[in-house]
Amino acid sequence: MEKLRRSMMFVPGNNPGMLLNAGIYGADTIILDCEDAVAITEKDSARNLVFQAISELNYGTEVAVRINHISTPFGWDDLKRVLPAKPDLIRLPMAQGPEEIRQIDEFISEAEEKNKFPAGSIKMMAAVETPKGLRFAYEIAAASPRMVALAIGAEDFIANLKTTRSKLGRELLAARGQLVLAAREAGIQCIDTVFSDINDEEGFKRELELIKEMGFDGKSVVNPRQVSVVHDFFAPTAKEMDHAERVLAAYQEALEKKSGVISLNGKMIDLPIVARAERTLAYAKAAAGKGGK
Amino acid sequence: MSKLLKAAQAGTVESSDILISLMPAEAATGIQVELVSPTLQQYGKHIKNLIIETLVFHGIEDVQVYANDKGALDCTIKARVKTALERAGE
Repeated sequence: MEKLRRSMMFVPGNNPGMLLNAGIYGADTIILDCEDAVAITEKDSARNLVFQAISELNYGTEVAVRINHISTPFGWDDLKRVLPAKPDLIRLPMAQGPEEIRQIDEFISEAEEKNKFPAGSIKMMAAVETPKGLRFAYEIAAASPRMVALAIGAEDFIANLKTTRSKLGRELLAARGQLVLAAREAGIQCIDTVFSDINDEEGFKRELELIKEMGFDGKSVVNPRQVSVVHDFFAPTAKEMDHAERVLAAYQEALEKKSGVISLNGKMIDLPIVARAERTLAYAKAAAGKGGK
Repeated sequence: MSKLLKAAQAGTVESSDILISLMPAEAATGIQVELVSPTLQQYGKHIKNLIIETLVFHGIEDVQVYANDKGALDCTIKARVKTALERAGE
């Protein structure tokens, strides 16, 4: 089972109080943010604080750093400062194409060698936030073996589309669909955008239902309160688990009997259904804290 | 850099943070730290030492420091001192 990334929680990189407590909410990944959550005059403070926090605090979970884009005056300095602390994951915002992924990959390789980290141990993910980025989504996803996930950043994307964000999310349907396809083609995970209205729990759940159906692996969150809601949503239900167990039992029985056709309660079972059942059970096991990597 | 080029600040006075102000000092006057902290009694000495160690580590010999602590942990203190130093050397 691959690493679970149901919830990726943003933490402002220049806020010591929030950085200290970031690990206690149970998010699968915490993203220490050097980008949008940090004022332009405090970029240097944030990268020093993030470096020191990763070096000295034990978060007990996957730690990512969202750097500024490398086309800004801050992106390369962010990387230079935080990589020696060995974050698990670098998240690039506003990904536009595969070339920048390759440039960052190369830079990380040099840092790994210099700091004697195992080659390839620092992973990458990229957020697509523009129509151009979406057009190159597969190329971005496949540009480096470090890439573990694509994410969508809705606010910038919607501003680029010249529309507004709605409760039903129809404006993002095409982008979300294409992003899942690109991530799946490249064999990596796909993470949905943040839901920023903390008080609209109904809307949050509606969005979770939509993205789970679409095939997303998880969601970026901005508030610790959202973490357990996301985890509950992505956990297989008792009914799904029961069905998965019965599918696998029927499959096993058919294999032993060398039977070509498998059925359960009168419904035919074929290999994709078996694979899905295996995934459901592996997911439940990982979610129960019995593994996950 | 054994001496500061200019005065500089980093950090805030929000909870869990520390505001570090550095001012250039005459040669051979050493590192002088003035600290305000709600935990002065328990941790004052530790915080001062940590500030001095961080400055010495970066090669500073003479500087005046004013630190307004709001309950910062070591990692925050080191990060703020380093940022103030970088700003002072720009």
